[in-house]
Amino acid sequence: MNHKIKNIIPQLLTLLFVVSVIGFFTINAQLNMDERGIDFGYGFLNQESSFDVQFSLIEYDGSHSYAKAYLVGLLNTILVSVLGIIFCTIIGVIIGIARLSPNYLIRNTAAWYVEFFRNVPLLLQIFFWYYAALRALPLPENTEPIFGVTYLTVKGYYIPRLIWENFDILIYSILAAIISIMFIRNYARKLQEEKGQQLPVLMISAGLLLIFPAITFVTGMVQLEVALPVLKQLSKTSFIYAEGLSVPPELLALVLALSLYTATFVAECVRAGVQGVSKGQKEAAASVGLTPNQILKLVIMPQALRIIIPPTTNQYLNLTKNSSLAAAIAYPDLVLVFAGTALMQTGRAIEIVSITMLTYLTLSLAISLLMNWYNKKIAIKEK
Amino acid sequence: MININVLKPNNANFQTYLYIGSGLIFISIFDVILRSFFNINFSNSLPGILNFFLPLIIGLIGFQMIRLEYSGNRIVDKINQSVNNNTFNAGLTLLIIFLTLLIIPPASNWMIFEATISGDTKEACVATEGACWTYIKVWFRRFMYGMYPNDFHWRINTAFIFLIGFAFVGYFMRGKLKNYITFYYAILYPIIAFLIINFLISGGSFGLEWVETNAWGGLSLTFIVSFFGLIFCFPLGMILALGRRSELPVIRYISIGYIEFWRGVPLITVLFMSSVMFPMFLPSDAFVDKLIRVIAAIILFEAAYVAEVIRGGLQALPRGQYDAAKSLGMGYWKMQIFVILPQALKLVIPGIANTFLALVKDTPLIFVVGLSEVVGMLQMAKTNPKWLGYAMEGYIFASILFWAICYAMSRYSQYLELKYKTER
Repeated sequence: MNHKIKNIIPQLLTLLFVVSVIGFFTINAQLNMDERGIDFGYGFLNQESSFDVQFSLIEYDGSHSYAKAYLVGLLNTILVSVLGIIFCTIIGVIIGIARLSPNYLIRNTAAWYVEFFRNVPLLLQIFFWYYAALRALPLPENTEPIFGVTYLTVKGYYIPRLIWENFDILIYSILAAIISIMFIRNYARKLQEEKGQQLPVLMISAGLLLIFPAITFVTGMVQLEVALPVLKQLSKTSFIYAEGLSVPPELLALVLALSLYTATFVAECVRAGVQGVSKGQKEAAASVGLTPNQILKLVIMPQALRIIIPPTTNQYLNLTKNSSLAAAIAYPDLVLVFAGTALMQTGRAIEIVSITMLTYLTLSLAISLLMNWYNKKIAIKEK
Repeated sequence: MININVLKPNNANFQTYLYIGSGLIFISIFDVILRSFFNINFSNSLPGILNFFLPLIIGLIGFQMIRLEYSGNRIVDKINQSVNNNTFNAGLTLLIIFLTLLIIPPASNWMIFEATISGDTKEACVATEGACWTYIKVWFRRFMYGMYPNDFHWRINTAFIFLIGFAFVGYFMRGKLKNYITFYYAILYPIIAFLIINFLISGGSFGLEWVETNAWGGLSLTFIVSFFGLIFCFPLGMILALGRRSELPVIRYISIGYIEFWRGVPLITVLFMSSVMFPMFLPSDAFVDKLIRVIAAIILFEAAYVAEVIRGGLQALPRGQYDAAKSLGMGYWKMQIFVILPQALKLVIPGIANTFLALVKDTPLIFVVGLSEVVGMLQMAKTNPKWLGYAMEGYIFASILFWAICYAMSRYSQYLELKYKTER
């Protein structure tokens, strides 16, 4: 009896504290809103937004609703995050492996890269790329092409636009390739377990991924046209490249800064993972006669990945959250479009900030749930 | 194959190979220097790609020629071991040497040799090609103290001296304070610090003029925000970590909810919340200063991260420690304070240092509520019509500043980690 009471009292007190804090805030919010004559509600999402967004992946203008503006912001956030994740993984893996290189110069260059880029605030790096580095680029009319067809100018990066015909068929063909690859992998595993033979799975998969879409091209079901950027004069002094696809400098700066910054953390995860595999594993694998490539593929990587993936996902999450710094250089992401412009116009602080926070929360929780599931799947099953 | 065998040295002919090889490496480096700084290219007649890669090829042959195990020459052995153990590594080595040659001279030229620091106006910089450090010099006080009135800068300086002084008082009087040392740092010191900042920097009493927080800024604001962040988010994080490990379900779920919520949202939205949403939650006549709201938001946010780090330490402790403490008849708090936490905290020093580093690096974000520390002041200086066009200098200055602070902190945490490392 005594023990039970001893357990219940602190819980009750905590609950009381939390409830009273929340209650205090709610009552105040109610009073404040009554005073200013605002009703709480999400009805405003259907109203006409009447503001434009500079860069949007979907069709949008001022006549669309706030809900659509929210979607524009969300898609822009996802675009930056995905690009950032791809580039930070590439750079991070290279730097992480370079930090383990036997070459003194490579090792130390990589170490300096990591020490420098992770000790400078991300916001400063974004500002540096946007206001200093990218502003030093030439105007469109003076730009030399990179790779012959792309132009890196102060107004953005102009790349050829791909115009697909029957794009959905291409997607189906890729899906078909992926499904057949899964079958082949299963078959290869069975073959190895039963007969000890190994199929060159990687080569076959790459071949299938190439052949299936290629067939759709050859048979003429899918057609591809390329629209190259062409210099166009807007007025006497102002030029742009039309026709092609233009990547705005805000996006460039953001992706550059985010991927260079996050790559340092990914590099540390990769290094820790590879170092975390004990030397004995490598020696044991060598002593049973595996080739160096097989050792890397079958012994080191599966174990290293187990150490690398959880902290790396954490970094991906951080990158996604950090992409909200886009607001600082006016890249129209979720925070700028929704928690910035839309909030200014409607004045609905509580609704808008709560939607924004919930969105990020959902994103992070979804990714971390996925990761927990994956972690459990690959965890060593001890007997 | 014959070709490669010719390039492979053996012990008999190593002397000759060494001379030829190092000669070739030297030629390749020399060629790059000539090409990039004097515009002289000896291999113009060769076809394009070969011409472009000629230094690399010559250098690779050179490295190939001096690659011999146990050559007997200690310097050569060292080079072979560290940068020349196979052709791939030799290529990377050459690339890095070339890149350094291409980048360092122009960069140092811009930063040091052609830079100006004289004068007080933009005119001093017009003549040179290099960096304009005059800009930093003129704006230095702004970068350090923000818009704080020039005459009162001594107040900020004294306040910081007092803060550091009081921090050391506890450190040097360890012997005398003994049992109260935790009490001093956990409770008394934050109060003293708050009073110092309140009376000296904020002013308003003792004949000191009131300076509103909007005028605070620059590096001193970075220090104030991160300082209060540090001292308050640590105890809060500790309580949350204990709550998450608690056996009482209500406390555990509240802690989990709190931690997961704050870890799931970006700091910038939290700051937005503190500036636009939080005033709605207070009684309409209550006024909380913007700076205090921001610091509170940062504390609540970082505490969640600190909690997760500390939880890692708590989980790493073997069960035996808990059982031993309980068997001695210790209650919950006694066990946590005297047995568990001291050991757990020791384990998580690197993690906590990383969180604190993240906090310092996050302070520039307070620009979203209109407070400007160093980066914010840079943005302000950059758009000043008298000083347009010197953004690069400002950013380099701020990067070096932040880099130095963060690097020093990470080094100190490594030192602490070594100092408190105990064998198990």
